[in-house]
Amino acid sequence: MSNTQTPVLEIAGLSIALPGGGDRARAVDDVSLSVAAGEIVCVVGESGSGKSVTAFSVMGLLAKALKPVAGAIKLEGEDLLTASPQRLRALRGDRMAMIFQEPMTALNPVLTIGDQIEEVLRIHTDLGPTERRAQVLAMLESMRLPEPERMHASYPHQISGGQRQRVMIAAALILDPALLIADEPTTALDVTTQAQILRLIKDMQSRRGTGVLFITHDFGVVAEIADRVVVMEKGRVVEQGPAADILLRPQHPYTQMLIAAVPSLKPADRKPALGPLALETVGLAKTYSSKALFAKERVVHAAKDVAIRVRRGETVGIVGESGSGKTTVARCVARLMPPSEGAILVPDIDIAPLTERRLRPYRRKIQVVFQDPFRSLNPRRTVGASIVEGPMNFGLSASDALQRARDLMGLVGLQPNSLERYPHQFSGGQRQRIAIARALAMEPEILIADEAVSALDVSVQRQVLALLADVQERFNLAILFITHDLRVAAQICDRIVVMEKGVIVEQGATSQVFSAPAHAYTRALIEAAPGRNFATGTAAADAVPA
Amino acid sequence: MAGYILRRLLATIPVLVIVAVLVFLMLRLTPGDPAAVIAGDNATTEQIALIRNRLGLDQPILAQFAIWAGNLMQGNLGESFFFKKPIGELIIGRIEPTLSLAFATMLIAISVAIPLGVLAAYKHGSWIDRVVMGFSVMGFSVPVFVIGYALIYVFAITLGWFPVQGYQPLSGGFGGFLHRLVLPAVTLSVIYIALIARMTRASVLEVLSEDYIRTARAKGQVERKILFRHALKNAAVPIVTVVGIGIALLIGGVVVTESVFSIPGLGRLTVDAVLARDYPTIQAVILLFSGVYVGINLMIDLAYSLFDPRIRY
Repeated sequence: MSNTQTPVLEIAGLSIALPGGGDRARAVDDVSLSVAAGEIVCVVGESGSGKSVTAFSVMGLLAKALKPVAGAIKLEGEDLLTASPQRLRALRGDRMAMIFQEPMTALNPVLTIGDQIEEVLRIHTDLGPTERRAQVLAMLESMRLPEPERMHASYPHQISGGQRQRVMIAAALILDPALLIADEPTTALDVTTQAQILRLIKDMQSRRGTGVLFITHDFGVVAEIADRVVVMEKGRVVEQGPAADILLRPQHPYTQMLIAAVPSLKPADRKPALGPLALETVGLAKTYSSKALFAKERVVHAAKDVAIRVRRGETVGIVGESGSGKTTVARCVARLMPPSEGAILVPDIDIAPLTERRLRPYRRKIQVVFQDPFRSLNPRRTVGASIVEGPMNFGLSASDALQRARDLMGLVGLQPNSLERYPHQFSGGQRQRIAIARALAMEPEILIADEAVSALDVSVQRQVLALLADVQERFNLAILFITHDLRVAAQICDRIVVMEKGVIVEQGATSQVFSAPAHAYTRALIEAAPGRNFATGTAAADAVPA
Repeated sequence: MAGYILRRLLATIPVLVIVAVLVFLMLRLTPGDPAAVIAGDNATTEQIALIRNRLGLDQPILAQFAIWAGNLMQGNLGESFFFKKPIGELIIGRIEPTLSLAFATMLIAISVAIPLGVLAAYKHGSWIDRVVMGFSVMGFSVPVFVIGYALIYVFAITLGWFPVQGYQPLSGGFGGFLHRLVLPAVTLSVIYIALIARMTRASVLEVLSEDYIRTARAKGQVERKILFRHALKNAAVPIVTVVGIGIALLIGGVVVTESVFSIPGLGRLTVDAVLARDYPTIQAVILLFSGVYVGINLMIDLAYSLFDPRIRY
């Protein structure tokens, strides 16, 4: 750092105690970092690394159970840990501001957008109503939000996720704080929106000279935005330095592992799958309509005219942003919801029109692994009970089912004797392995992975992807892989189907879609992938579970 | 919105028709002969028959229903067997005490319970929380008449601050009206304070863990405004529901309280009508009560959209 002024933020030797019974004594242990004016410092780490706790401790917004026990946090030279609650309140929103991960929930749903931004002015300034309104409208304008007047009067549910995050940024920056803390501000957003928000943050902070502490788990985002990088692991800073050094010449093994685990955007070489056809959809459509007694009918086409084919041993990815219809297609194929039109051939019987009773024998053939391993397993049943339930429904004896469960636990890399344990006793990655074992217990021919690795840390993600590749080969599975993450898709899919607003805009071999995208939307998606010029990572298929 | 209200009002008609049929049948099918009750213990069979004929009770049930429903359509609730007066008049005469009592009760309940609930949620787990919740359990458990007599004993008999019983109409002066209303209203409000405070606490507690509360703190907002500006409005929907149900239940509650405090309201009218087997009056009162229930439900639904802009009709 060539900056000789007082840094905007200086954290020195910060330690925060965890309440007893945790897996470690300190959430944050001896952390030191600083943010200069006009600088973006990214704090990177996996879940549980203490990066968010560090951010919240600066704002004085830690949960009551977490107490800083050592060190100092200085905002423009003023110690925050010894400041009174009143002083902290005066600084929050004025000299330091924060934006959060979930723009859906971070705004109050019952207050208007304008009201919520104005609130900052009401708290910290003596401006009158007209001046406040004028200032808010100007801020909305500079956030490139359409129709500021209308936006001012809107409620959060009336605007999109990206717009909400812009509103959050507007509220955070309206008083020109010295420090902006951004806690995973783009993680919940679609890639194209993410790219816009990152650009906006960068733009605003360089124009206003704001220091930014940017929390993220995504090295793509780091490559996109960081001036300097701080890498955290289990509450400690393991490495920090200028972005280029950390990204290109990581010194610490943990940093090296993290960067290597990021899937590359360059598709892996894959042999074309030549197995027999396992699944085909023809003209598949799902329409929602809402009818009220005297109201006009509203029709939403969640998916329209979807035609996909998946062979045994092949992985077909459906990529797209939220609202593209990719999950709708997955749910229709698994017949978790009835399609409105079209056929689902597995491979020669159309299961789309079957009644629940006639459908039952085919249920076994198609299994799903869901996104959130924290919610897809019943918390009150042992994982063994969850795994054997399906096969036993299809007539397998209890002892055979249990034997199969034991074998599968070994296969997915878990202790066979842990079948008696409950889901909360496993980590997220382990739970996703259990979810895969549960699906495999049915001996399916088609496996649907609906954002199955999206909730996982990169290092764990890599292991689960490797596991999927392994079981695919072992059981000659047809995999329908639903994801919003192009990097993951590039590594695991043989072919890619790109969906936008319920329709397929492009499909083809992965290498072809990435090297010569035919549709403008596909190009926009690839263009928006954070850190696309930051070529790193290894093919997931080569990775070995740690 | 206006269209929605109209549709909801139309939808109440079938409900009220079903209620009317049920009420009519229920009373006809229960044992006991109102004509005999009206005639008294010493009446002859002829006298009873005469009364029965005059009241139309000797006609087939369908004909009775047709006559009754026809009158109802014209707004004629019939004449009370027992009070020998048009029922419409009876009800109008009794409605003021009941409405006053219900209004005063809800006013006390809401203005005490909501701040208590918010406080308990904010001080979650502290002694304040435990005291509020303890009071709430007590409020649920002690019957209305026990609270009523206990309050009468302490504040009317021992301290002499309030009259033991009775009601003074509003037209007789506001001071006296209020003075006589306080004890019954407080009595009746105890259970609603318990109910609403509990609901408010649960609802606010849930809202306080929401992300936008954290956002408000990050803006530097003070806790009082976080509680009442950000949290309470979001917590309002369940609270409004409970308040609405409370008002509906209140009508049942006033029966006992009006008896304890000798208030000549609808509750008393109902009790008297039931004891006298006064069919037309019972029917009219039950119909009135179900109309009020339906109306309150409609108002609850409309209130939702007032608090939560995501709810639109």
